Amino acid sequence: MSDAHKKLAGRLAILAVGLAAPFLFPAYQSQMAELWLFVVFALTWDLAGGQMGYNSFGNVVFLGIGMYACVLTQVGLLYDIGIYNGARGGGSATFVFDLPHYLEGLALGLPVGALLAALAAAVLGAFVLGMRGHYFAICTLGLGVAAGEVANSWEWIGAGSGMVPPTPPQVIGDLSRFYYYFAFALAAVTFLVLGWLYRTRFGLAINAIRDDEDKAEAMGLQTTRIKVAAWVIAAVFLGVSGGILGNLKRFIDPIDTAFSGATFGVWMVLMAILGGKGTLWGPVIGAVLFEVIKEATWTYLLGWQRVALGLLIVIIVVFFPQGILGWLRERFPDRFGRRVEADLSGTAEETAR
Amino acid sequence: MLDNLLILVQAPTITVDLVLNGILVGAIFALAAYGMALVWGVMNIINIAQGEFVMLGGYVAVIMSAHGVHPLLAVPVAAVLLFGLGWLLYRTVIFRIVERDLFTSILATFGISIVLQQLMNTVFGGDVQVAQAHLGTLLLMGGMVTLAQIKLLSFALAAVLAVVLVLFLRRSRLGQAIRATAQNARAARVLGIDTDRVYAATFGLNAALCGACGALVAMAYTVHPYIGLPYTIRSFMIVIVAGLGNLAGVIAAGLSLGAAENVAGFVLGTQYQLAFVFLLLVVVLVWRNWRLARKRQYLK
Repeated sequence: MSDAHKKLAGRLAILAVGLAAPFLFPAYQSQMAELWLFVVFALTWDLAGGQMGYNSFGNVVFLGIGMYACVLTQVGLLYDIGIYNGARGGGSATFVFDLPHYLEGLALGLPVGALLAALAAAVLGAFVLGMRGHYFAICTLGLGVAAGEVANSWEWIGAGSGMVPPTPPQVIGDLSRFYYYFAFALAAVTFLVLGWLYRTRFGLAINAIRDDEDKAEAMGLQTTRIKVAAWVIAAVFLGVSGGILGNLKRFIDPIDTAFSGATFGVWMVLMAILGGKGTLWGPVIGAVLFEVIKEATWTYLLGWQRVALGLLIVIIVVFFPQGILGWLRERFPDRFGRRVEADLSGTAEETAR
Repeated sequence: MLDNLLILVQAPTITVDLVLNGILVGAIFALAAYGMALVWGVMNIINIAQGEFVMLGGYVAVIMSAHGVHPLLAVPVAAVLLFGLGWLLYRTVIFRIVERDLFTSILATFGISIVLQQLMNTVFGGDVQVAQAHLGTLLLMGGMVTLAQIKLLSFALAAVLAVVLVLFLRRSRLGQAIRATAQNARAARVLGIDTDRVYAATFGLNAALCGACGALVAMAYTVHPYIGLPYTIRSFMIVIVAGLGNLAGVIAAGLSLGAAENVAGFVLGTQYQLAFVFLLLVVVLVWRNWRLARKRQYLK
């Protein structure tokens, strides 16, 4: 069997497992849906953090914007948002979403979320991505918290008491299974698009920015424009994943779900570094491993999870910065190493597992 | 929001009150920022756990006052305890990342900050706490301007600490070694300075400074496990505006940040005060970047 066949067989196997998983392990559907969203988080973080060398602590901004935009669209199509959010305290009004309207809201809400997140990335990126490395990192840290604080005080979107996504109609049945397939599809699309992107000139350009930005600029690359484009791409996928996550969780807290720097914001960095940043498969491996560890050990840590998480970050960053895939590449270069074959047209073919 | 602005113009005493109280808290910001500048300048590490050291110092004061000790005594105790913690952190984690790039240090200290913050949250819960110092309030300008005596005292103590720190860095052998290492670590090593010890002392000194700040914060204001990040961001912002090793700049920037924050809290509503701090950071960084970009154009 040739390499291409092996690759195809591997991907078909993952597809089959992904499609069948909710029927095989119905008890873990919501965790598996979360897993695919984590894959999206890690992959999109790695686009700027690993491949481009711009480590962001603020990608949750796009997650939160996507989440709020999607849910607000879903509600806003049928009802007044102010009344909807105001009635949570026990109003007399009931809000019913029947199947066509629910699907319509979702079909409109997810793209709106992606669009607004992309817009935010373009506007913020134009300002923020002119900065180099560590200034960018701390600036995005500020952005993430600022967004959470604003959402936490904005009455119209529910402020600190959060927002409840529309109640789905009975026909949909198992909600976790319904959104599992959304999450799975999104993860697959994200993976394929980013895999393709890294093989294009754009991929080479962002790697060049990571390796030496001044030289990349001297070679004639419009670095700021490329950086903004990369961030926008990350934001699109994060925006969609935000819409899915909000509906999956059934409740949006501005600081604990939407703009959650302390959980999702940290986890996406951790997953990407754990798996190996700057690789395509690394973030996927990191996300799977992290979700498995999280689900297996979380309950036994009795409230010490977040302390353990901080320790894990310190340990990984200090002792294991190259990640799993990076370590495998160093250890077994002939099996996992990068093979770059440049042809005359200037594009490079990279085969890395 | 506009109404509030109007109030400020029509009733200048309120403005005076806000600005004065802001300046008082600004002294604490300046002190924490000077510690960050010290670590950044000497060790080339941006310490994200800066605010968590402040928070820990605050908890020292809270615990001591809960056991009947006057929280003013907590200032030296917090400094000593935090010096120990800083030293310990250097010996376990920080010494491994001193030579690595700045981003590794950001991520590692970010991890440390999460550990400390969540540790305190798990042990003491997320409640807002204060250490009562039982001091009165000063009324000025016919009662329109209120200044808590503890805030004045904390301002004075912060000033004293700053003076002591500067004298220490200028006069003492260790202070001179710290400054020599900041200028050129290799040359310092050649001259027989144990830079590893200097780094440990610097990191401990910074933690001690933050701990003392934190004890003041707990007395004059409040502490809870999540106050760390805002203090880190404020320190970073002040250092960016003032530049490394510019004490006068740090003090000016710290005091004006305190005043600006207080006024903004009044105009926008207190619930937006933190958002203001974080957005101000973004604005400051963008402004700095814009200035650098303009400078770069001369080279064309």
